[in-house]
Amino acid sequence: MAKTVGLLLAGLVACYGLNWFLAEFIEVVYVDYLNLIGIAIVLAVGLNVINGLTGQFSLGHAGFMAIGAFVAGLVSIQLTYGEMSSGPLELAGLGTFLLSLLLAGLAAAVLGVVVGAPALRLKGDYLAIATLGFAEITRILLTAQDSLGGPTGIKRIPKMPLLPGTGAWDGGTSVFWIFLVVFTIVLFSARLQRSTYGRALIAIRENELAAETMGVRAARMKVMAFVYGAFFAGIAGGLYAHYQHSVRPDDFTSIRSIEVVVMLVLGGLGSITGAVLGAVAVTLVPQLLRPLEEQLQVNGLSMVVYALLLILMMIFRPQGIFGQRELSLKLFRRILPGGRK
Amino acid sequence: MSGPILELADVNVYYGAIHALKGISLSVRQGEVVTLIGANGAGKTTTLATVCGLMRPRSGTVRYAGEDIGRVATHQLVARGLVMAPEGRGIFPALTVEENLRLGAYARRDKPGIEKDLQHGFEIFPRLAERRRQRGGTLSGGEQQMLAIARALMSQPKLLLLDEPSLGLAPLIVQTIFETIDKVNKEGVTILLVEQNARIALKHSHRAYVIESGEISIEGESAALLDDPRVKAAYLGEG
Repeated sequence: MAKTVGLLLAGLVACYGLNWFLAEFIEVVYVDYLNLIGIAIVLAVGLNVINGLTGQFSLGHAGFMAIGAFVAGLVSIQLTYGEMSSGPLELAGLGTFLLSLLLAGLAAAVLGVVVGAPALRLKGDYLAIATLGFAEITRILLTAQDSLGGPTGIKRIPKMPLLPGTGAWDGGTSVFWIFLVVFTIVLFSARLQRSTYGRALIAIRENELAAETMGVRAARMKVMAFVYGAFFAGIAGGLYAHYQHSVRPDDFTSIRSIEVVVMLVLGGLGSITGAVLGAVAVTLVPQLLRPLEEQLQVNGLSMVVYALLLILMMIFRPQGIFGQRELSLKLFRRILPGGRK
Repeated sequence: MSGPILELADVNVYYGAIHALKGISLSVRQGEVVTLIGANGAGKTTTLATVCGLMRPRSGTVRYAGEDIGRVATHQLVARGLVMAPEGRGIFPALTVEENLRLGAYARRDKPGIEKDLQHGFEIFPRLAERRRQRGGTLSGGEQQMLAIARALMSQPKLLLLDEPSLGLAPLIVQTIFETIDKVNKEGVTILLVEQNARIALKHSHRAYVIESGEISIEGESAALLDDPRVKAAYLGEG
């Protein structure tokens, strides 16, 4: 416990340092990539608990993110501007911001229960279709709400709050907040994975009947996995809303859900390290290929290369880059020559 | 406790419209090894699943330690010492041997006791101690069966249900497994064993029931059943 608190404090300092460093030395466009990567990591590491550890196949992560984004946006707008319907973009207060993120997470978690419960009766492809359907229903319901701006969504979502010593910079404090959440979820998930509960989740994936006979309450644990993933997806949505200042229902199409699954499969289903790496790759590869596309004047080339990479990956390394391993000191010891096996 | 630790009275179980157990009655006394033999689809596994709460009887009673457990959830039964080692070895291939064993203690919260039982498990099964950090899926069939039994023992069972421990194993390994079962029984664990390999099951048990199409057809002392002409003809391949 003390160790976890210590690590969290260290993470806080590190994120502050990162934010300061970027503000001093780095161009804003790269900061944009970094933030999108951060949000992707939160989504992927959360989904890893559902799809990777517990072995359920959820294809509806964008739905949880959408709920989080809209809840956080609305709460923040309401508390920051009150009844004022126009005016310049403002900063959210620290309390407002944290409250909006918490509510975003909780709203998504409640939905996690609603979606997780039918998961008890569905497996594999059927569950994937059900969760995909849930995400689409969420998006379409949001589009149909005129009070939420319909297809154009909500705008003028306040910026993330400032911290002492930052602010005179376009990137603001987004890197700090986003990576603080990244750090938190990675830490929590690593702890979860090695705990009794983490082992129980893996046991359900490996052999549900045997897990039940050991006294694991498979039904409850499966729903809890959904709640965990959904909670962080909701927070990721909240961060996204504050970062983009506006959200549309179409930001959360099924393409995004599929992207998160691709991140996991690419990195190695069941590995946190893999999820992080997959999130970086899937976010960055299309961006890096764009200059090439312009140079050769072939539109859509990046998508072709991206698809090719995935196909090659499936043929030559179907278990993902990391498989089920984690990046840890132990792995280094094994790779180094003369290391202990 | 003088009464039987487990008692099934006129238990009927259905899979939808299929009548799988037709009025099964049996009992297991404290300290016994009781075996349930029968052909494929006779209802052996269904009986075990009903005892440990994975299936529910439509009628009849299942009593464990004097208490009706017909509606008690599996995880509560595990906490009360009624544990099953499922068929097909049912281990967790991606987890290490030690992690598999620790999952056996999932329902327990007494850390020192868990550590002690882990050591004891490694004493009973030295092969598992050697392979402590190896993934369960890399073990041989016999080792996996040992792991499944060792894992079930981690939950401190009073009554251990074993589903086909000899399934798919070489004769020599089957012998070792049954010697282990004797050892576990001598330590005070009551065992209800389901087997297709009738000969070895009868040799290593006190009493036996023969189940046919969901009904108990023969019951008695195991030694007597070994000589019973009906058992000989149908299950021992003699006569």
